[in-house]
Amino acid sequence: MDLRIFFTPVPTGETTYLGWLLAGLRTTIALSLASWVLALALGTMLGIFRTVPNRPLRAFAGAYVEVFRNVPLLAQLFIWYFVVPEIVPGGHWFKSIDPFVQAFLTSMACLALFTAARVCEQVRAGIEALPRGQKSAGLALGLTLPQTYRFVLLPMAARLIVPPLTSEMVNIFKNSAVCSTIGLLELAAQGRQLVDYTAHAYESFFAVTVLYLLVNAVILVVMRAVESRTRVPGYLGSRK
Amino acid sequence: MYEFDWSSIPGALPFLWQGMKLSLAITAVAVAAGMVWGTVLAVLRLSPVAPLSFFAASYVSLFRSVPLVMVLLWFFLIVPQLLRDLLHLSHAADFRVASAMVAFALFEAAYYSEIMRAGIQSVSKGQRSAALALGMTPLQAMLLVVLPQAFRNMLPLLLTQAIILFQDTSLVYVSTLAEFFGAAYLVGNRDGRLVELLLFASAVYFVLCSAASGLVRVLRGRVAV
Amino acid sequence: MISIRDVHKSYGDFKVLSGCSTEVGKGEVIVVCGPSGSGKSTLIKCVNGLEPFERGEIVVDGISVGARGTNLPKLRARVGMVFQHFELFPHMTVIDNLTIAQEKVLRRRREEARKKALALLDRVGLREHADKHPGQLSGGQQQRVAIARSLALDPICMLFDEPTSALDPEMINEVLDVMVALARDGMTMIVVTHEMGFARNVAHRIVFMDQGRIVEDAPTAEFFASPRTDRARQFLSKILHH
Repeated sequence: MDLRIFFTPVPTGETTYLGWLLAGLRTTIALSLASWVLALALGTMLGIFRTVPNRPLRAFAGAYVEVFRNVPLLAQLFIWYFVVPEIVPGGHWFKSIDPFVQAFLTSMACLALFTAARVCEQVRAGIEALPRGQKSAGLALGLTLPQTYRFVLLPMAARLIVPPLTSEMVNIFKNSAVCSTIGLLELAAQGRQLVDYTAHAYESFFAVTVLYLLVNAVILVVMRAVESRTRVPGYLGSRK
Repeated sequence: MYEFDWSSIPGALPFLWQGMKLSLAITAVAVAAGMVWGTVLAVLRLSPVAPLSFFAASYVSLFRSVPLVMVLLWFFLIVPQLLRDLLHLSHAADFRVASAMVAFALFEAAYYSEIMRAGIQSVSKGQRSAALALGMTPLQAMLLVVLPQAFRNMLPLLLTQAIILFQDTSLVYVSTLAEFFGAAYLVGNRDGRLVELLLFASAVYFVLCSAASGLVRVLRGRVAV
Repeated sequence: MISIRDVHKSYGDFKVLSGCSTEVGKGEVIVVCGPSGSGKSTLIKCVNGLEPFERGEIVVDGISVGARGTNLPKLRARVGMVFQHFELFPHMTVIDNLTIAQEKVLRRRREEARKKALALLDRVGLREHADKHPGQLSGGQQQRVAIARSLALDPICMLFDEPTSALDPEMINEVLDVMVALARDGMTMIVVTHEMGFARNVAHRIVFMDQGRIVEDAPTAEFFASPRTDRARQFLSKILHH
């Protein structure tokens, strides 16, 4: 395995092959973080909808989850990229903007809405895992239902779901690789480019794998810190 | 307003069906092989022998940290070359389907292994003790007593993972292999009716997967002891 | 103060409450007892609207609980409730548990709420635990905090749903002591409990329920000395053996 290939300049000369990989990594990180923030916001809202007494809201959130979980990610991505601009007014304008921005925005919309369905289910599970009496206690004190969610249910549910949400965060980084299919030059796409340009397949895949492992490791470390900072003393496995 | 024209679809159905058969075949093989290999990995992971446990843990961590797309690309670009060099086969040999199946099996095994590990741990320790007390060897205890219960406890999760696997077969698109999604894309591209074909393919996935998920939910209700 | 008239409630086909009626005057302490499944917890949860009911009427201090226009949160702030499993909010400190409703429901200012909270913690003997989290306290301590939490809103009456049933025997008395003190201070209380010693000591009336009906409703002394119905007699003989 010849690692010097990474420090060789690319044909166009502006950077090394390693530079290309790092550019891809930057795109992956930007895309994943942006999508994650949107997914968290939307998913939390949907998760709450699935637990409130309002039937239309529950049905809507339930339908959302069914649709976004039963269509493959790649199909969803292609629909965003090929179908939506054709059907939605203003689509023509969208098709004329910078290709990178097009691919990035499409990927972000797709990943955010896809992941929101999964976040929704985690939030729902977290809320449902709380003792029933917590909601009663909040209401009995005179808090309205929204107040009860805000001050009593959600803070505890959020702590319960830190581990599964960590998985979802890792998933969104991995799923960003699918966006290489619409031409977005994120990490996996750059890896493939490297193979095409250098014919050093082993080194390229090795580097891409290492970078994904690194991203994973960082996420795990950060989330573990979040988990220990937000622990509730005296509750489920925390230090007293 | 976009003018929908669904006329491409009826004529393309035989081709799409070929693609679907391939998707289902990959799913079936990957589920079967993945579950077996995943179970082995789970047992290794729980083994007191440090090197075995370390190997299994590393394998699972590695495959769970990288995107499936990347693993598929690796298998399509590198492995055929590797196998041809190793086995001195002709360049015409088509490994694509085999590559896809092997890639999926190895990848999904990591996920199955986590499910089975949880399943094994969900079987109370007393069960194993009782089996050993009856004179069974540890291997017999595992095969005859623990694994059957673990499998039964985890059946809904195992099936849900199979549904996910089925959806993941769409990623075979990145090779030139035409499974269902790839076939739909090809037809759409060829006829200039990509919008309709993509919507059609998505609808098919939706119907199949929600039906399958619905069945798993019913099963969950039955299996609950 | 509290008027329960002909209340009926069902869960699907199962009739939980059948025509329950009773009155609770200001300063009265009522103990509701009966075998499990008799509907006593459900009845008490109907009083502050946590459980809806199909027929009948419940009026608390002139406000009808089941009426459509009733502002339930506002009503609940005036009716205190103590739960079997304490239900303190685990992610908040003890003192925050006491101030959250004061601030958010009664709109008191923080300093005022804290002062009140500390005074109440003093009253239940737990002031030094103010900055701990519920998980760090024993069951008896948590329940006393729960009582303080309800008292912080200056309720006109208090509902207790089997307050000592989830406690280890050594801790039951510390909670009952607080409840006895409350009763002696003139608080209107409805207490669902099996603690007959407490009932004898402080209750003005005993309401005995069986299978969703109020079977007996008599002054304490009368109930213990000569229960009118067979069912009540059976129940007493089983309970009082210990």
